[in-house]
Amino acid sequence: MDMVNLKINGQDVSVPAGTTVLEAARSAGIEIPTLCYLKDVSQTGSCRMCLVEIKGGRALQAACVYPVAEGIEVQTNTPAVRETRRAVLELMLSNHDRKCLTCPRNRNCELQALADELGVEDIPYEGVRSEYDIDDVSPSIVRDNNKCVLCRRCVNVCKKIQTVGVIDTMERGFKTKVGCAFEASLGEVDCVNCGQCIAVCPVGALREKDSTKDVWEALASDKHVVVQTAPAVRAALGEEFGLPMGERVTGKMVAALRRLGFDKVFDTDFGADLTIMEEGTELLHRIQNGGTLPMITSCSPGWVKFCEHNYPEFLDNLSTCKSPHEMFGAIIKSYYAEKAGIDPKDIYVVSVMPCTAKKFEAARDELAANGVPDVDAVITTRELAGMIKQSGIQFNKLPDEVFDSPFGDEATGAGVIFGVTGGVMEAALRTVAEILSGKPVEKVDYEEVRGLDGVKIASVPAGDKVIRAAVAHGLGNARKLLDSIKAGETQVDFIEIMACPGGCVTGGGQPIVSSRVKMDVNVSAERAKAIYAEDKSLKVRKSHDNPYIKQLYSEYLGEAGGHKAHELLHTHYVARPKYEVK
Amino acid sequence: MSNQATVPFKGTAEQEAKLLEVIAKHKDQAGALISVLHEAQDIYGYLPIEVQSIIAKGLGVTLAEVYGVVTFYTQFSLNPKGEYQISVCLGTACYVKGSGDIINKVKEILGIDVDGCTSDGKYSLTATRCIGACGLAPVMTVNDDVYGRLVVDDVPGIIAKY
Repeated sequence: MDMVNLKINGQDVSVPAGTTVLEAARSAGIEIPTLCYLKDVSQTGSCRMCLVEIKGGRALQAACVYPVAEGIEVQTNTPAVRETRRAVLELMLSNHDRKCLTCPRNRNCELQALADELGVEDIPYEGVRSEYDIDDVSPSIVRDNNKCVLCRRCVNVCKKIQTVGVIDTMERGFKTKVGCAFEASLGEVDCVNCGQCIAVCPVGALREKDSTKDVWEALASDKHVVVQTAPAVRAALGEEFGLPMGERVTGKMVAALRRLGFDKVFDTDFGADLTIMEEGTELLHRIQNGGTLPMITSCSPGWVKFCEHNYPEFLDNLSTCKSPHEMFGAIIKSYYAEKAGIDPKDIYVVSVMPCTAKKFEAARDELAANGVPDVDAVITTRELAGMIKQSGIQFNKLPDEVFDSPFGDEATGAGVIFGVTGGVMEAALRTVAEILSGKPVEKVDYEEVRGLDGVKIASVPAGDKVIRAAVAHGLGNARKLLDSIKAGETQVDFIEIMACPGGCVTGGGQPIVSSRVKMDVNVSAERAKAIYAEDKSLKVRKSHDNPYIKQLYSEYLGEAGGHKAHELLHTHYVARPKYEVK
Repeated sequence: MSNQATVPFKGTAEQEAKLLEVIAKHKDQAGALISVLHEAQDIYGYLPIEVQSIIAKGLGVTLAEVYGVVTFYTQFSLNPKGEYQISVCLGTACYVKGSGDIINKVKEILGIDVDGCTSDGKYSLTATRCIGACGLAPVMTVNDDVYGRLVVDDVPGIIAKY
């Protein structure tokens, strides 16, 4: 690799050619402030926070887009650099609403942090401030342009990483803003609600639609309030309470939920095990009866809506299985309701999800198996953390507690890995391989579908068959995979798609990690460690071995894929328009 | 919330065929979008959502990107020109003589914004820079007719003539 030698603040630095000054400085332990820059997502050089002096250069240069060159001398800490950066920031703040105390990102805001670090003491620029209506039409995402700093990180993640592209910059000059075509709301366009825009926003311009008020109300009512938590939540919730990334907090989370007043605390992993039973059966049925292949997973509601808008020709390929928390909701309001002797109408199901798209999903009309919605409210990991904080629960001091029966105090390892890319595929393979072999299979870990490659393809022997599996995470990667299938370049039997890069562990509802941390840490990989550690720690690691799943089928559902299962656990999809505004 | 044209779209099949031809001609060029938008505006006179959707689909770009470009450049219009095009000069001389009040009166009477068109397609309104008739300030024009030394009370009578 060609190395380039340069000087930063008089210090000799040697980095590979093609490195930017920002990265070179960072490798030498020198911090340069950034705002619009986000590793792997956004390098636009538009915010001017990272200005540096290059000796002999005409003007200050943006370090995030300035490539190193042999012999250049960079100064990151001169009076001119410091004063210019501060003036740029003050100008930005002069057109910001500065209502930090009531902002969802208070104390977790990159703009606020910069104002502190750069020593802003006053905002001397008075003048007109842009004022915008808040867009809260979408059931998942709220956009408040009064807080937007025009960094374009959301635009880039939506357009380049997710290839959804429903937001862009509009107008020019002082009127410049980020929004949807024709001033439409996010709820009126082909937004898939993945919430990656929220995850990359440095400020409070994007947030989830609040559902905590509904949950507080339900908790205070006479209803029987049941909560379930997705696998990825336990892998990140601790971060909201200062615990290290990747520390699994399953037991404390259960304890906190109980102290919040939920009548029952269930694990969505049980729903995941149920999904494997139904989806595995569906796959085998399709393979053995010439059904539509490849079959594609339907757990990720961001992916499902993306498919409905962009690839309606693949709707028959989508598994008809509801997503795990929806399946579980339907079971809670039927089997559990019967067992506990409670009218389903008196049960309120709350799902804690790493996901904003689940809010949209829960509101879909077709997801109401018992004449009532399968799930009544969805809150994100962040919203749960907020509720715990509001209740004065000292999270870090909580004892570890276990989930409630009758669904077992532990689910399976297969259920928990649903939270990471490749996990649904691996869980399915653990079951399908065993069914096709007709005998216990020793192999549990399917390393070939793990990891963070955008598209993973593997041929997995199962009995006398070979299952050709493909896994894509991030919708841009899903698009690549589907296009190559359409072009006849890739032939597979079974596909797992998760809308968010990295899978649910880095879903749009997870704790927000600053761009600075993301320069050094791979968040998906760190959180995935917690998931795989929990998988390893569990006694049962295959969905079909879960004794409570067996009990559910024998007592209530009958056969996997049978009549009753179909009624409760399966759904259908609709083609939705693109290039249209409601 | 939506900022769509106030006038119903009346595009013809011939216009669409022409637009598709334009898209096919430019499709593989870098920066095709701006050229296509120019020619599309020549074909339709303006760029409503129906036209922008055809362009987005044809060029494989997002509707948000097309709309972003259309609203960035002032020469692109989201609304058609009316049968009677009203322009009010907001140049320095006219402005100090009160053309701001004149344009507000026009907006109020027609119920449209600057660059808008009434839903019957009869009147459209633009704000212009100096038209070189400062001696007549404040000035407005309706197609080729020029009205000068205006006061707000003149506006209803002028519009009523058309």
